[in-house]
Amino acid sequence: MASPVIRLVDITKVYQMGAEEVHALRGVSLSINRNEYVAIMGPSGSGKSTLMNIIGCLDTPTSGLYELNNTNVSEMNDNQLARIRNKEIGFVFQTFNLLARSNVLHNVELPLIYGGVSSADRKKRALEAIEQVGLADRAHHKPNELSGGQRQRVAIARALVTKPSILLADEPTGNLDSKTGEEIMALFDILHRQGNTIILVTHEEDIAAHAHRRVRIKDGHIETDELVKDRKVVTHPTLTSV
Amino acid sequence: MRWWLDELKEGLTIAFGAIRANKMRSGLTTLGIVIGIVSVTLMGTAIEGLNQAFNRSVAVIGADVLYVQKWPWGGGGNWWEIRNRKDLLIQHAKAIEDDATTVASVSPIMGTMRNVTYGGKLVEGVVVIGTDADFITTTNANVDLGRFLTAMEANGGRPVCVLGSEVAESLFPNEFPVGKVIKVGNHPYRVVGVLEKQGSLLGLESFDNRVYVPINRFFSEFMSRRGGIQIWVRAASLENVDETREEVRGILRKARKVEPGAQDDFAINQQEFLIQTFNTIGGVIAAVGLFITGLSLFVGGIGIMNIMFVSVTERTKEIGIRKAIGAPKRAILMQFLLESAVICLLGGLIGLAIAFPLSLIIDQILPTAMPVSIVVVALLISLLVGVISGFLPAYRASRLDPVDALRYE
Ligand SMILES: Nc1ncnc2c1ncn2[C@@H]1O[C@H](COP(=O)(O)OP(=O)(O)OP(=O)(O)O)[C@@H](O)[C@H]1O
Ligand SMILES: [Mg+2]
Repeated sequence: MASPVIRLVDITKVYQMGAEEVHALRGVSLSINRNEYVAIMGPSGSGKSTLMNIIGCLDTPTSGLYELNNTNVSEMNDNQLARIRNKEIGFVFQTFNLLARSNVLHNVELPLIYGGVSSADRKKRALEAIEQVGLADRAHHKPNELSGGQRQRVAIARALVTKPSILLADEPTGNLDSKTGEEIMALFDILHRQGNTIILVTHEEDIAAHAHRRVRIKDGHIETDELVKDRKVVTHPTLTSV
Repeated sequence: MRWWLDELKEGLTIAFGAIRANKMRSGLTTLGIVIGIVSVTLMGTAIEGLNQAFNRSVAVIGADVLYVQKWPWGGGGNWWEIRNRKDLLIQHAKAIEDDATTVASVSPIMGTMRNVTYGGKLVEGVVVIGTDADFITTTNANVDLGRFLTAMEANGGRPVCVLGSEVAESLFPNEFPVGKVIKVGNHPYRVVGVLEKQGSLLGLESFDNRVYVPINRFFSEFMSRRGGIQIWVRAASLENVDETREEVRGILRKARKVEPGAQDDFAINQQEFLIQTFNTIGGVIAAVGLFITGLSLFVGGIGIMNIMFVSVTERTKEIGIRKAIGAPKRAILMQFLLESAVICLLGGLIGLAIAFPLSLIIDQILPTAMPVSIVVVALLISLLVGVISGFLPAYRASRLDPVDALRYE
């Protein structure tokens, strides 16, 4: 069997709030293989975002082992983690998190700038990623000139542009209406079919239904981890050409 | 190397973007640096002007000329003792002339002030100097018109004189001065020559507002009693000027019967002493001046630091985004350092643009140009102020936790 992209063993995360300890994760073990499509679900405060931040190397676990592509990242320093975030991880946030003063092209180019890609190559790859999410005609617009769904697609292009090992999305449709949310999910479906490994956090069963595997978390534990039977695959008409 | 240039370019783009987005704030912050740079460069220019003026003046005094006088330059000594010293006399000058072997030329000097007239023209307060024919070699002065006093005229006390260039211009704006008879005080003197322009001491005392007459005639016409002269001695060579000073000292001690072991009852002054005194005073003025003006730059730097802290806080979310997509600490640090460096450099450039026309005003008083070195130093200083005052805010930004920064609203 091929080795997993992500291997988490007994991960805990404890936040110190003054004298009080908040146990956000209480021993999570999880392996995810290449080209899996995983939905993480669970009630508010159960530790989903904490888990995603650790997988995305934005945060480090209090204890436990985290291997990404067979490399132990749980003991890396800040700069090594920054490098991993840049090369191996594409993160999509609920609130888009685009740079307001920069246009679409520059936002998408940014990871490549920090990755040290030459400027000609950078522009080519950024335009490719922008085209992939169907925004080629908006490359020189600022985020505030775009709709919510378009902004999220820019964020996805930015996550894709470095060709990362995993795509992480923490409630990517949380700030969108359901129709726009479906459009975004259709895009994730296509990206999955193209071979990407995707992990997304969601509250909505509808959204989770796009994934192959569903992980439920409660109180910092994995409650269930199962394959999705009633999988829903939608391809949005505007994206079928992609 | 590539990534470095790209990060630099990205940093500069962000810096200019941030400055443009907050024009008012950046402008006001820059003002602090502008004021600092204007005051520091103007102070530097003034100090440079003072130095240049001094060096021009002191060149006239000559590095190889010894000025034997009662009073030492640069002060010091017991005022009462110096005041009561025996006068220096013509015979002392004679003794040096006769006995010294390392001396090129010796001149007795005596001065006073008189009005000088020719025709209807009057020049007030001219320094009348009684001296001998060797004066021209002792001081290395150049004759512009005619000639200097001859030995015969000088020793015989003839009623002839040589004019400094300023006096000549005032009395003879349209006439050839040589051969004309002028009145020095109430006494007629025939002009035999005019000296070339020599300049002034720090723009105060002119070396050209002078009339030179034979010292023997000077005594009888301008001084009631003999005595109280100075003796100017040119050393045979500049390298051995110290040796000459010791020789002159020995001769004078003997001629003036100074007891062995007793202190000299005269002073041998040199250009070097003036330079030393000036350097001490000038150094203190420069240090104090630059310190005070530097304070304004310091205040400007604090303003920059303050605004950079605001900028970092305001852009916490942006920092979080950049970190999330893989910006290393170094890149965040550089981004904010560049921003404060750019603000300060702009301040420096604007400051120089304002200081330059103002320095032309200084030029009217202390002829000098704003030195290139000051321009370079001013720009380096503003860069340095930017980097130093930007460092703490930038360092704080670079250490932000990405998750916390992203959550910041
Ligand atoms: N920086 C922090 N400091 C202290 N406690 C924290 C911090 N971040 C998260 N927590 C706590 O950890 C627990 C898990 O938080 P997390 O954000 O992972 O929940 P979540 O499952 O993503 O919830 P939601 O669905 O509302 O986004 C919560 O109890 C939260 O209060
Ligand atoms: Mg969450």
